[in-house]
Parts: sequence; structure tokens; C-alpha cells
Amino acid sequence: MSEVKVAEKKSALFGKNEKKLLIDPLNDNNPITVQVLGICSALAVTTLMNKALVMSIAVIFVLAASNVLTSLLRNSIPKQVRMIVQLVIIATLVTVVELALKALDYNTFKELSVFIGLIITNCIIMGRLEAFAMANSPWRAFLDGIGNGLGYGIILLLVAFIRELFGKGTVFGFGIIGPDAGYLINTSESWLFGWYANNNLMVLFPSAMFVIGVLIWIHRGIVNKSLVDVS
Amino acid sequence: MHSTNYIIRFVLVMTAIVAVILSLMSTGLKPIHDKNEAVYNKTAILSAIASHLGKDLKTLSDEEIGAIFSEKVTQKVLNMDGKVIDEATMMEMGYKDGLAESVDMGKEMKKPEEDRVLPLFIYESDKGNEFYILNVRGKGLWDEIWGCVALEDDMNTIAGVAFDHKAETPGLGAEIKDSQAFKEQFVGKKIYRPDGEYKSIYVRKGGAKDPVHEVDGISGATITADGVTEMMQRGIAYYEPYFDKINK
Repeated sequence: MSEVKVAEKKSALFGKNEKKLLIDPLNDNNPITVQVLGICSALAVTTLMNKALVMSIAVIFVLAASNVLTSLLRNSIPKQVRMIVQLVIIATLVTVVELALKALDYNTFKELSVFIGLIITNCIIMGRLEAFAMANSPWRAFLDGIGNGLGYGIILLLVAFIRELFGKGTVFGFGIIGPDAGYLINTSESWLFGWYANNNLMVLFPSAMFVIGVLIWIHRGIVNKSLVDVS
Repeated sequence: MHSTNYIIRFVLVMTAIVAVILSLMSTGLKPIHDKNEAVYNKTAILSAIASHLGKDLKTLSDEEIGAIFSEKVTQKVLNMDGKVIDEATMMEMGYKDGLAESVDMGKEMKKPEEDRVLPLFIYESDKGNEFYILNVRGKGLWDEIWGCVALEDDMNTIAGVAFDHKAETPGLGAEIKDSQAFKEQFVGKKIYRPDGEYKSIYVRKGGAKDPVHEVDGISGATITADGVTEMMQRGIAYYEPYFDKINK
């Protein structure tokens, strides 16, 4: 109920509260490392930076747009069918993203295959609609959507960076470390890195679980100790 | 509390709006989707002879790929007896434009063997060499695998291959697509023994023993590699009747 009251208070267009909506999901309330939502796609699309970037942009768009739409309709949506209405809004936007991506970048569309469609089942989106957009103004819902989308995207890109670098020796397809001249560090010639080989585990899905686990540990143990309840 | 009447009206209106938006978008973007898909398929076919194109396939624009296809590639559709089916007959059989590129190998594989049709692409390089690009399809570990095999004009020596897959394990089975080294092994291999017996290519676990007909397998991907062997054995053999006809 407290959230509703905050929303009703007249506030500046971009005041302290609005800023908090945008910044909070990046750290204190990160959807992946703190709320542990949206893990499915974080495992599946983080083998390459390129995939993770497209996925993040898609989720940011769907989350912000569905938050705004739900917020605009929040007083006319019948309470009894609100979940269904939210799901229809999400599914529509995801289909729009899928059709647009198929027209804009067919190769990435092929690579992401079913995972674009699976944004519908991403708990972050449904969670934000139900918990935030149903009780807040469109502008605040928009900021909340962007914030949570960014929080999701940052972790996705971080995991993809680690997995692509150690799994394939590249970042965004650009060679960093590998056994021929196309790479920045050429392991077949360098005296220092001659022992280096790509870690095949990093390409497989379980590695994302390990990487996310370690990220959560670093996040709570070093970056933001206030997250740990010491009582 | 909203009345039941209101809820029904709300849901109906919402459904109608969503249906209109999505169907408009889907129909509006259809031509672009079809064009993208065609370019994607053409790129896959040309990637089997990437080293003979004289250009880097990755840097070519959609238009350039279309141009290569219309100027230098002859498309033929064969039946299982090795006879060429002409475009008009193909259209009667229900294929969109009667060309080899509209043949979906995935659908063909579901038909009884004798009813299948086979796409064949003949690419003529700038130097005047002809390459025969065949489509093959089989089963990997998890799902389907498929590929394009380019033969030189002796219809025996492999000029290049390109594989793709639906769901092979990344880093293991998926290497048939991702690993350049795996695909390069096929170049120069022969599908016939010197005495003319059909042998195809064998992906051998633990390393190739026969330098003419075998390539090294991928560690950790034995079943996918066996799938490639089976696909090459059976898939290339489908084209044999046609080769026999033109070699005579």
C-alpha cells in the first residue's frame, strides 16, 4: 500500500523517487542477482555478447512498453482477469519484437530462435506489471521498466562477456585470445600464453549457472554488503 | 468491482485490437521476411563453396548474394531416378516457384524415399569451373542436422562443405557448424574409390585412417559425427543416378 501512496503524491517529473526507480534495479534490487528472476534466458542466450545484447534490448523494450500500457489501463482492467490482460499485453509486444527482429536482422533472429518468444515467460516482466505498473502512473512505470530492463541487461552482458571470452576467446566476435593471427593475443606464437586453451565448459549452459552464482556472491560479499542480513 | 458484462466486453475488445495489430504487422512485414529467408538459404548454399567465390561471403550484401545466385548458379530439381524435373511440373506438384531453392529438405525427408525430390545447384566460377552443390540431411544427437556438399566437376572430389544443425550441443556437436578446421578436412576428399565403387566420407572417431575417404571426428561428439557420416553416405548416394547419367 505504501507504494500507492507515494504514487499519488505530486512529485517532480524526475525527482529523487524517480531516480531511485531507475537506479535501484541496477544494484540494490537487481532482478537477476537479488530477486533471482529471469534465470532461464540468462542461461540460454549468454554464449555470445551479440545474442545477449539483442536479448537485453528486446527485454528492455517489452518491459518498458508493457509497464506503460498496463499502467495506462490500470483503472479499467477488471481485477478478476488482470493476469490474463497482462499476459496478452506481454505476448503482443513480444510478437511485435519477434516480427521486427525477423525483418531487421535475420541471422540474429535465427540464432536466438525460440528465446525471443520465451520473453513472454520471463518472470521479471510479469512481476513488474503485477507489483508496480498496476499501482503507479505511466511515467513512473516507464522508468521502472527501463531500470529493471537495464538491471537484467547488465548482468546478461556481464555473463556473456565472461562466457564468450573464456569459451571462444572473442568479444562481440572480435578475436581476443586464440591460436591464429586473427586474435589480439596469438597463443600459438606468444611465449607467455602458449599454454592457453578455450574452456569448453563456458560454452555449455551449466557454466552460466556457475558464473551467475559467482556474480551473486561478489555482489553480496564485496560490492553491496548491505544486501546480506547479518542478524 | 466490475460487472461480468464489463469483463466480457473488455476481453473481447482487447482481443480484437491485438488481433488487428498483429495480423497487420505480420502481413506488412511478410515480403521482407520472405526476402530475408531466401538470402539466408542462399548464403547457406554458397558457404559450401566459400573459398571459390573469390570474395568473403560475410562481407557480401544481400543484393550481391542475390546477384551471384541469379547470374552464376543454375538450379535443378531431380527426382530419385536422377531425372531433371522441369519448373512447370514442379509448380504442379505444389512447389512455390518451381526452383530448387524452394525445396525444403526437412519436408522431403518425411516423404517416402521414392517420392522425394532433390535440389541441385550448379555454380560456375569466374575461371569457368563448375561446382555441384548437393543438399544432405540427417539426424544428429538431439535433432536434425543438414548440410550442403560442393563437388568439383569430376563429381568425385569434394570442393567444400557447410553444415548446420537444429539443437546440437554447443562446443561439442555444434562444432560441425562452428569449427572451420572440421569443415576444411573435407576439401579434396573423394566420394568414389579409384575402381568406381561408392565410398562417401567417413568421420572416424580417434582420427582418420584413410586419407582419401576419412576425416577426423570431434572429441565429445561421437553421435553427431556418426550422424554426419550417415548423412553423407545416404545423402550423396541419392544424387548418384543423376551423376551416372551425365557421366555417360
